[in-house]
Amino acid sequence: MAALSPAATAVDPRPQGELATPAKAEARNLSFYYGDYRALNNLSLVVHEQRVTALIGPSGCGKSTFLRCFNRMHDLYPGNRYEGEIRLYPDDTNLLAPSVDPIEVRMRLSMVFQKANPFPKSIFENVAYGLRVRGERSRRALADKVEAALQGAALWDEVKDRLHKPAFNLSGGQQQRLCIARALATDPEILLFDEPTSALDPIATASIEELITELKRHVTILIVTHNMQQAARVSDYTAYMYLGELIEFGVTDELFIRPKHKQTEDYITGRFG
Amino acid sequence: MAYVKDLGAIRALIASRKRWDHVFALVGFAALMIGVLTFAALFADMALQGIPRLNWDFLTNFPSRRPAQAGILAAWVGSCLVMLVTAFFAVPLGVATGIYLEEYAPKNWVTDVIEINITNLAGVPSIVYGLLALGLFVYQFGFGQSILSAGLTLALLILPVVIVATREAIRAIPQGIREGAYALGGSQLQVCRDHIIPYSLAGILTGVIIGMARAIGETAPVITIGALTFIAFLPPAPLQAEMPFLSLDWVMSPFTVMPIQMFNWTSRPEAAFHQNAAAAGFILVLMTLAMNGLAIYLRYRLRRNIKW
Repeated sequence: MAALSPAATAVDPRPQGELATPAKAEARNLSFYYGDYRALNNLSLVVHEQRVTALIGPSGCGKSTFLRCFNRMHDLYPGNRYEGEIRLYPDDTNLLAPSVDPIEVRMRLSMVFQKANPFPKSIFENVAYGLRVRGERSRRALADKVEAALQGAALWDEVKDRLHKPAFNLSGGQQQRLCIARALATDPEILLFDEPTSALDPIATASIEELITELKRHVTILIVTHNMQQAARVSDYTAYMYLGELIEFGVTDELFIRPKHKQTEDYITGRFG
Repeated sequence: MAYVKDLGAIRALIASRKRWDHVFALVGFAALMIGVLTFAALFADMALQGIPRLNWDFLTNFPSRRPAQAGILAAWVGSCLVMLVTAFFAVPLGVATGIYLEEYAPKNWVTDVIEINITNLAGVPSIVYGLLALGLFVYQFGFGQSILSAGLTLALLILPVVIVATREAIRAIPQGIREGAYALGGSQLQVCRDHIIPYSLAGILTGVIIGMARAIGETAPVITIGALTFIAFLPPAPLQAEMPFLSLDWVMSPFTVMPIQMFNWTSRPEAAFHQNAAAAGFILVLMTLAMNGLAIYLRYRLRRNIKW
């Protein structure tokens, strides 16, 4: 494993030209433990503002575990432990600090899950829930925000006439876009996607990918995907992970065309994974 | 490798397996019928004996020494009032306990011990609850032989049922829904109030009603705490014409309940009283069936928009 020492490779590529944007978040020497089991080992990575960063790697490599560190999802379960930092800019808050409440972190970063998880409530109430949690009571403000979020998730035209109908009546792809709208409604600083299309058909997948490309103009995106083509299509930066380590991180085009590591090359060319 | 290759042998093999399928279907059906027919026979026997005795007077008369004039007014009113007290205490206590254990309690050995004990409590014979209640509620707290004592006793009795039903209903909620709510920045209380409780309400109510249906037929603990077997008056009315309109005097009133009235009548020598008991039993079964029907209806209504 010494040859794969992640600390050496996980440098911020800091590209010049059109890709260059300030860092929105930065993982520094992040390790994560499920009890005694170390699932992530000393990861360092920069998430650039208004860019899409993809996490790829074979099943069990820790990419979802890594993503769920960003909104402190692991705090919901006992026995989990973080080491290291995730800095959120511009205020330079360490999201993993014990003094930072996970609720505060989750109010700043939204998440879209692998399996669409709409609440058994109306379409409107699903999107409005994040705002209600934050204490928004004005009907006018709620209605405006819900419409804007549904527009942002390219779902408004399909649901505007049935906002108060149950969300479960939507199709799978629509449900996932509803979950994106729900995540967008609270103006998150980073949108976390955990394999958002793995349960969807190709057409619904295409519409979500298009949406992600659209969304990055306003919001920073970190996406886990097991689909390398998807990473190549939607992301600006890609991180390849294996067995809880970050093997290679770089500008997506370069990583896919000229991977620096043999292992990355084997994975993206399909020889392994 | 002794598997069969020629087609005739395969067909014979399938035919023989199908025969065993049929045999099991018959055995299963017979087992089902033994249970269902036994209950149907018991119920039909009671109904045949009791229905001729049913009339409006039977529901509105107090018990009497003359079987033809005896009624179950005190009994069914008592049963309803005791159930009211039982629900009033068992539902909030049981639901709060269930939510705490599922959503808040740390997962350690103390919680494990408490969990095991709650499950065990559901199996404690009801007469033991009666003895406990006699010492605690009737004498120690001085509630006497009242509706309050009976309601509290039966609340204790069904508390484990309500807790277990609440926990199972909560566990049926997919983890993804819970995570979705937390990911939006919800606090534990917000997630419970807006998601966990509404989505598990159907299961909780079903558990509560099934617990109540059990409690309404309980005899032993109510006799132990000293319910009367002959009672010719009603508890004070909860609603009154003068201020403050609502009165809680009824909770301290002596009382009887349906199964005790039945027990009293069956222990008499005259056949006419046995007929009264059958009629009262018929009403009691109708009451529990109505409660179960309500549970099914609520389950259907509340789960209409919930699919998982």
